[in-house]
Amino acid sequence: MIQCKTSKEIGGMGHSVKRKEDDRFVHGTGKYIDDFTLPGMLFMDIIRSPYAYAKITNIDKEAAMAIDGVVAVITGKDLEQYNLHWMPTLMSDMQMVLPTDTVMHQGQEVAAVIAKSREAARDAREAIMVEYETMKPVIDPFKALDDDAPLLRPDKEGQKNNQAWHWEVGDKEATEKVFNEAEVVVKEQMHIPRIHVASIETCGCVANYNKIDNHLTMYMTTQAPHAIRTVFALVAGHVGLTEEKIRVISPDIGGGFGGKVPVFPGYVIAIAASFLIGKPVKWIEDRSDNLTNSFARDYHITAEMAGTKDGKILATRMKVLADHGYTDAAANPSKFPTGMFSIGTGSYDYPTAFMEADAIYTNKPPGGVAYRCSFRVTEAVHAIERITDRYALEIGKDPAELRMQNFIKKEQFPYKSPTGWEYDSGDYHAGLELAMKTVDYQKLREEQKELRKQGKLMGIGLSTFTEIVGAGPSKDFDILGIKMFDSAEIRVHPTGKAIARFGTKSQGQGHETTYGQIIAEELGIPSKDIIVEEGDTDTAPYGLGTYASRSTPTAGAAAAIAARKLRDKAKKIAAYLLEVSEDDLEWETGKFFVKGAPEKSKTIQEIVFASYTNHPQGMEAGFEATHYYDPPNLTFPSGAYICVVDIDPETFDIKVRRFVAIDDAGNIINPMVAQGQVHGGLTQGLAPAMYEEIIYDEEGNAINGTLMDYLVPTAVESPNWETGHTVTPSPHHPIGAKGIGESPTVGAPPAIANAIVDALKPYGVTHMDIPITPYKIFKKLKDMGVLDKPITE
Amino acid sequence: MKREITLKINGEEYTSTVEPRTLLVHFIREHAMLTGTHIGCDTSSCGACTILIDGKSAKSCTILAIQAVGKEITTVEGLALADGPHPLQEGFKENHGLHCGFCTPGMMMRAVELLEKNPNPTEEDIRWGISGNLCRCTGYNNIVKAIKYAGAKMRGDELPSTEPEFVE
Ligand code: FES
Ligand code: FES
Repeated sequence: MIQCKTSKEIGGMGHSVKRKEDDRFVHGTGKYIDDFTLPGMLFMDIIRSPYAYAKITNIDKEAAMAIDGVVAVITGKDLEQYNLHWMPTLMSDMQMVLPTDTVMHQGQEVAAVIAKSREAARDAREAIMVEYETMKPVIDPFKALDDDAPLLRPDKEGQKNNQAWHWEVGDKEATEKVFNEAEVVVKEQMHIPRIHVASIETCGCVANYNKIDNHLTMYMTTQAPHAIRTVFALVAGHVGLTEEKIRVISPDIGGGFGGKVPVFPGYVIAIAASFLIGKPVKWIEDRSDNLTNSFARDYHITAEMAGTKDGKILATRMKVLADHGYTDAAANPSKFPTGMFSIGTGSYDYPTAFMEADAIYTNKPPGGVAYRCSFRVTEAVHAIERITDRYALEIGKDPAELRMQNFIKKEQFPYKSPTGWEYDSGDYHAGLELAMKTVDYQKLREEQKELRKQGKLMGIGLSTFTEIVGAGPSKDFDILGIKMFDSAEIRVHPTGKAIARFGTKSQGQGHETTYGQIIAEELGIPSKDIIVEEGDTDTAPYGLGTYASRSTPTAGAAAAIAARKLRDKAKKIAAYLLEVSEDDLEWETGKFFVKGAPEKSKTIQEIVFASYTNHPQGMEAGFEATHYYDPPNLTFPSGAYICVVDIDPETFDIKVRRFVAIDDAGNIINPMVAQGQVHGGLTQGLAPAMYEEIIYDEEGNAINGTLMDYLVPTAVESPNWETGHTVTPSPHHPIGAKGIGESPTVGAPPAIANAIVDALKPYGVTHMDIPITPYKIFKKLKDMGVLDKPITE
Repeated sequence: MKREITLKINGEEYTSTVEPRTLLVHFIREHAMLTGTHIGCDTSSCGACTILIDGKSAKSCTILAIQAVGKEITTVEGLALADGPHPLQEGFKENHGLHCGFCTPGMMMRAVELLEKNPNPTEEDIRWGISGNLCRCTGYNNIVKAIKYAGAKMRGDELPSTEPEFVE
């Protein structure tokens, strides 16, 4: 299945090479942001609003300033003098760094304290007196456009109501026609809950502005150091901090998952404080602040499917209400306000679809970050996989059979989707067949019948999704105008060992190991001899960072191509050393040899040494190459997941009995690491399916904003994941890889939801919004008046 | 009112003047400068700060530094054996029991006590045993595998395979 072309010693693609980064992590010598201490460093703490929507009438700094060790209290009015009180978001909306008059959500930054110790900063935070005049907040996005709703963003010119933007794709009229004429139409209203990435490390930074050199070194938790440097230069260029004077260093990151892509106000305030005071300033976000100051998802989706009575899908229609909080602080590619939501036509072959979305401002935290998801793919996949099951239920067809019937066939690739994408490759039938064989699907269905006869609730759920990752081709994809290519630079030292640098930034994905394997595959230099470095904008080549499963599709491709450039050079040197023509040479991992005379050869190490000591005259010395890779298309990983749940008929406690995930991510670089990504993503898919949601009350208070009540799954909730692969290489990617990091987070929630809804079929349940909890089931059955209905087949 | 205290961490004494409210985790990280012990929450929920006090695992964010005077504290920096990594350190690396590594020191310190009390734990024992420690990255499968591996190594049993298993 997964094959290796290199020896274990070389450790190229397909080998489960143990991770290089692990030695420092298991010995506690990793260096995360809070581990940095600079001489003279000050500590920053942030005062946050207790109200969702209020006017600030007064901020009294006096008592705070009187505390021993307090250096400064910074408010929006202070920043206003430098025009730093607002900043652009990555979606070209505007976000407050600190407010000058109005707070827009509970937990919003109101002022910052800078002190000589963490304790003094905390005391000062408590001592600052802020007076507010509260206003009635807009919390329910469905009421945000009501006539009596206050205009939340008067700062935006021409803004007349609380709509941020409208987006649509597909053929509206044609879709309407199909729906009007179809034999079967199904429709469900779904909410993909507001959740948080909850990486175990929160966000933070140490801003170190050096007055003498007029230079800023910014150590920070960012997944996209270069892009962030450019944003800082755009925000602070007018006060003299231009891009060459900014160095962003992203150290070891304790989990990112998209939550460390945006620029948060805390970073900017820390920079401003360091700039004004002339000392390093550290800010480490509290967990509770972290959970209540950003979010992912929060899409309300009306999903519809039209089809024939015998199970042919004819069209889909989706309408989204996107709650963005008070500003659109997502990090999507600029031309895609809903990200890749338009992948929501799924893995099925039908010609007609229409989708539209309206983004709404409310008095909630901004965000919409792409949480382990290629920009809204999770929302799209949930909608299509749920509505497909709903359709199967309506016509009484087995959901696996219905999927098999409608899948795009492997010979139809490249496949043009009705929303304009060109799927690169796939074999959906093979994936689902393997998943069904693994669980013995038919037998499970028989068991289910039996159990229902005994009054027991068991459900089987499927999700057969197509992902869209690797943004992206520069003709369509940019962030604030910067094209979404990525880069690799390989430098091989005279003795044949190498350092490779990338524009991406690992947050646990294992780049230090896997990138080395790509280079090993191409050059035959053992992967253990290659150091991989990322995260320092002074040394790494420019890139857009790691999120949206883009590292392998973009920087991984750049690594392969840079290595191939070096192999071309190696060939010239080998020909010179062996005194033959290049055409007489053949490559075998790690060496060039003369065709027909394999004893005459030069190893890559000998060739590299010669490039420094004995290179052909006229050739550039050294052994170094850089490549900026602009992908011709996105890649389209896919998966077939099956979940089996048992539900206690009395308590409605839900137990995931079994979960099988078959992924197709094309060629696999490191099976162990790829599997680890799938395991982790599955638990992150389980989380919103059954446990996680940030809930706001009518006043806009987050009622579960700590890790005590925001339920991140532990090892007990998380089942033993079973995983496997089918391998359909991407035809356009240099190493045939597609990206794996996010498929499981995207694919798991609908598999679990479908399993639970399937279990509840005897009650006539057709849909439940995630997270599905025992209480929600109880409530649903009670509301339907079926609580006491006996379970039958 | 600050006061000077001395704590014994990994066999070494660290003396520092601290406020009475200083948490043990802050003493370890900011006074002893041992930054392998991490902080992941403000509600004692995540376990990233787990250390050993007199051999028992504890969340060091729930204890004041002064409460630890006179006790033997072990952090991840003190976990390795004289002749190489601790079986848990080896187990986590060999079985891909970590991604970002942020939860890992706490996880391992918790597992030290788990294995000491139950040298041959079942999967269920391990899952319940680490349920006070959150990991957002790994999905726990390989943490379970890592702890099993370490248990086998400590018992002197044959080591389980570290190759990933796939359905085929
Ligand atoms: S820091 Fe989370 S439990 Fe101690
Ligand atoms: S490895 Fe990242 S939190 Fe566990």
